Amino acid sequence: MSNASIARNAAGDAAAAAHGPPAVGDFIALLKPRVMSLVVFTGLAGLVLAPGTLHPVLAGVALLCIAVGAGASGAINMWYDGDIDAGMKRTRDRPIPAGRMEAGVALGFGSTLAVGAVTVMGLAVNWLAAALLALTIGFYVFVYTLWLKRRTPQNIVIGGAAGAFPPMIGWAAVTGDVTWMPIILFGIIFLWTPPHFWALALYKADEYAAVNVPMLPVVAGPRETRRQIMAYSWMLVPLTISPWPLGYTGAVYGIASVVLGMVFLAGAYKLWREKSDRAAKALFAYSILYLFLLFALLMVDALVVGVGATG
Amino acid sequence: MAGRDRDRAKDARQRQLRSRNLAVLAVLAALAVLFYVITIVKMGGAG
Repeated sequence: MSNASIARNAAGDAAAAAHGPPAVGDFIALLKPRVMSLVVFTGLAGLVLAPGTLHPVLAGVALLCIAVGAGASGAINMWYDGDIDAGMKRTRDRPIPAGRMEAGVALGFGSTLAVGAVTVMGLAVNWLAAALLALTIGFYVFVYTLWLKRRTPQNIVIGGAAGAFPPMIGWAAVTGDVTWMPIILFGIIFLWTPPHFWALALYKADEYAAVNVPMLPVVAGPRETRRQIMAYSWMLVPLTISPWPLGYTGAVYGIASVVLGMVFLAGAYKLWREKSDRAAKALFAYSILYLFLLFALLMVDALVVGVGATG
Repeated sequence: MAGRDRDRAKDARQRQLRSRNLAVLAVLAALAVLFYVITIVKMGGAG
C-alpha cells in the first residue's frame, strides 16, 4: 500500500474502532452491487450464447460464482484504495473512508470470497471456468488496482480486461473451452471500457487530479481524451457488428448493433465537437445502455430467433 | 446522562452485532443447501 493509503487507512481504522462493528449493509456495499449487476448480466450472456447445455442449477452456481468473484475484487479494491475513495465525492461514503469498517476487514472478506468463488466454480462447474475467474480477480486486484491505477493513464485500458472476462467465463462454464465468439465478447467489453470511463473522467477530472489518479484527461488533457474516445469508438462499433457477418448471430442483433453503434459514434463525435461536460455525461450514460442492449440483443437472438453461436 | 448515552450506544452495538450474526447464519445455511443441491445434481450425472 502507498504511504498515503496506510496513513488514511490508519485514521479510518481508528474511526471504525470507535464506530463499532460494521453493519450487514456495509459488507454488501463492499461488493459494489451496481458493477456486479453488469458483470452478472454479461456472464449470463456467455452462458446463454454458448452451444450446449448446462444443468440450470450449475448455471446458477456459475453465475453466483461470477457475481461473488466480482464482489470479492471490489472489496479488495476498496481495502487498497481507501485513500482515493476518501478524496472523491462519489466514493467518500464507502464503508472504509466513512470510518464504518477497518480496512483489514475488507481485505479478509474479499480474499475469503475470492477463494470460495473459485473453489466452488471448479468443483461444481469446471476448472477452466474457475481458472478464468481466478485470472479475472487476480487481474483486477494485482494488475489494475495495485499496479496500473496509480501509475499510468492506460490504467483502465489494460485493467478493463478484468471486466471483459465474465462472458468468457460463462461460455467456458458451458462448453469447457474458449473459441472465437467468447473472444469477440471479451473484445467488445475491452474496447467499450476506455470510452465509457474516459467520458466519466472528463467531467470528474478535478476529483481524479485531487487524489493523484493519472486518468487520461488529467495527464493528457481533455482534447487528447476526446480524440482517444473517438478512436476507441471506431474500433468498438465494427467489432460489435462482427458477430452478424461471421454468422454467430442473426439479423435482429446485426441490424440493432448497427443502429446502436451509430448512436454511440454520434455521441462520441458530439463530445469531440462540443467539448462540453453535458456531452460527456450523455455519452457515459448511453455507454451503459449500449452495452446492456448489445448483450440483451445477443441473448434475444440466440433464444428467440434461434441463431445460436457455434464457437 | 452520560451513563444513559453509554447504555444506548452499547445497545445499538449489540443490535448491530446480532443482525450481523444472523446474516452469517443465513449465509451458512444457504451454502449448506447449495452444496447439498450441487451434490445431488452432480450425482445425477449433470455437468
